[in-house]
Amino acid sequence: MAVSVQQSKGSKKERSRPVAAVFIIIGGLISLVLLIGLSISYGAADIDLATVWTAVFQFNPDATAHQIIQELRLPRVLGAALVGICFAVSGALMQGMTRNPLADSGLLGLNAGAAFVLAICFAFFPGLPYMYQILYSFLGAALGAGLVYGVGAVAKGGLTPMRLILAGAAVSALLTALSEGIAIYYRIGQDLAFWYAGGLSGTKWEHLQIMTPWIAVALIGALLLSKSITMLSFGEEVAIGLGQRTGVTKFFGAIIILILAGAAVSVVGAVGFVGLIIPHVTRFLVGSDYRWIIPCSAILGALLVVVADFAARMVNPPYETPIGALIAFIGVPFFLYLARKGGREL
Amino acid sequence: MTGHTYVSNDHRKRHRKNVIIMLAIFLLIVVLFFISMNTGFTRLTPLALIQTLFGMGTAKQELILFEFRLPRIIISILVGMALAVSGGILQGVSRNALADPGILGINAGAGLAVILFISFFSSAPTTQIFFLPVLAFIGAGLTAIIIYLLSYKRGEGISPIRLLLTGVAVAAGISAVMIVLTLRLSPENYQFVAVWLAGSIWGSNWKFVLALLPWIVILLPIAFWKARVLNTLNLGEISATGLGLEIERERLVLLAIAVGLAGASVSISGGIGFVGLIAPHLARQLVGSKYQYVIPTAALLGSLLLMTADTIGRWIIEPSEIPAGIVVAVIGAPYFLYLLAKSKA
Repeated sequence: MAVSVQQSKGSKKERSRPVAAVFIIIGGLISLVLLIGLSISYGAADIDLATVWTAVFQFNPDATAHQIIQELRLPRVLGAALVGICFAVSGALMQGMTRNPLADSGLLGLNAGAAFVLAICFAFFPGLPYMYQILYSFLGAALGAGLVYGVGAVAKGGLTPMRLILAGAAVSALLTALSEGIAIYYRIGQDLAFWYAGGLSGTKWEHLQIMTPWIAVALIGALLLSKSITMLSFGEEVAIGLGQRTGVTKFFGAIIILILAGAAVSVVGAVGFVGLIIPHVTRFLVGSDYRWIIPCSAILGALLVVVADFAARMVNPPYETPIGALIAFIGVPFFLYLARKGGREL
Repeated sequence: MTGHTYVSNDHRKRHRKNVIIMLAIFLLIVVLFFISMNTGFTRLTPLALIQTLFGMGTAKQELILFEFRLPRIIISILVGMALAVSGGILQGVSRNALADPGILGINAGAGLAVILFISFFSSAPTTQIFFLPVLAFIGAGLTAIIIYLLSYKRGEGISPIRLLLTGVAVAAGISAVMIVLTLRLSPENYQFVAVWLAGSIWGSNWKFVLALLPWIVILLPIAFWKARVLNTLNLGEISATGLGLEIERERLVLLAIAVGLAGASVSISGGIGFVGLIAPHLARQLVGSKYQYVIPTAALLGSLLLMTADTIGRWIIEPSEIPAGIVVAVIGAPYFLYLLAKSKA
């Protein structure tokens, strides 16, 4: 892993920048609340911010505007924020643990697993209720990750970061090929493509109720692990030398990644770019300490997905533009700029 | 890139072992070549096969063998070879184990060109079989050039990490455009695009063989010749400069070779990405980490893999077909995982 050797050559930007981090957390939270308000108030029917306020805090079931907000827009925008948090934090954990700048949840076989199980559902059980689709895609994500970790666990010498990445790439290729095969044979490719494109339009309160406790526990876990992740990101030997039990960190890290990314993928589809780009941006802004990277990633991830979802509704109303495409349009130029400017420490 | 153990104590023994391994793979290719010629909707017995090869078969047998099967088999051999070598070079240059022709945006660029063409100009893509590869090649080449320019910095050149990140970002952007476009395609066109993206040797035609051959004949020997440079590059930039290597120029040459090889093959066979990722890894497992062995072994393994995949894809759900790119992943990935579980480091 020559890449990480370059990274750990201490340049000035490697250091932690707590002031920037605190600024991001506070400023980010304020803008997130504002954006959520805006996102709720604009749409096919525009609703002014005062009505948004009363709909949330003094709900009146007889008002149509209140119903739109409570039934459609509020769960959707909260879902977007949650999904963003999940992708960003799981991506940050992945990159820290594997020390590979290209790692994201897609690499653990999560996206490919979910797509594979969904392809089976679409091909053999068409018309499955949305709720079951979400459940099955979570199971698929777990299957993908289970395969990746299974290979690592069977291997002599345990699960090295390099082995994890290679196993992830191979399992993803396998599951993707299988779902492509199913899609071509049963001619359901375009249905699957809609899922790949991603979208939050079907988000309901029930999903949020099921997801939120898991995500909350996983996020607390991520924060508790963050110090150990920082050490791991300097290299396995360094972490062991500092008296860390790296096996325990990796085990819990993997479970947290699975919960977060699995939940996100099952709700929004295979939108992978958030998990790749947000941790890079965050590291560029706040330095290399994961105690700051994880909360800041969460907030920036939520911002990105809320903005993208807002744009998905507004670009071409009343049609939805695929959110995966929008995230890429927002993220790619920014990421390219960072890759140029940041150079090595990215 | 698991541990660069330089075996210096018993060079000659190692060399002999590696040559034997390469010969063994070559023999397997020859065996499979004959099995593959025999496989298909109309079976040819070994006797009929030999008769036809020497010009003594019936007109129908000759048609099947020379016009349909042989060009297709040769294309799968050439494409497998090109993708494997391209992947090996890219893994060496970027010093990242996950690199494959995809990171230079080659699959994405070619795919976008094909989708754009189909969405705007053509209602019947199959009538355009000669125009499509040209377009795909242009798409692949342009994307690679854009990625190179975006990751180039005056004074520093391109760092491997910046190249990787830029490649991933550009490919992600292109994929996003592709998804938006595919959602608007008609179902028939979508099916064609899906098969194309999955990667299949669909144009079994001598003209494609002729189009592919110059790239292979010119670029492959250069790749073998430059393999030693990859060893030096892998020592790290400072050591490589210390050893008198003009890093920037060597890198550009190597990248250009990789783009040429992968672009030519992707334009003819579609997005078969997995060969380029695993063939170099398998080669490393077999012959160690020196690139003068890795590159030729990867080339042989790539041919073997893709020819096997295409043969299986033609045979398994006759008379229909499974795209070779899918079969490659389905047989290649488990074997790769097995090797990964077995390897020590």
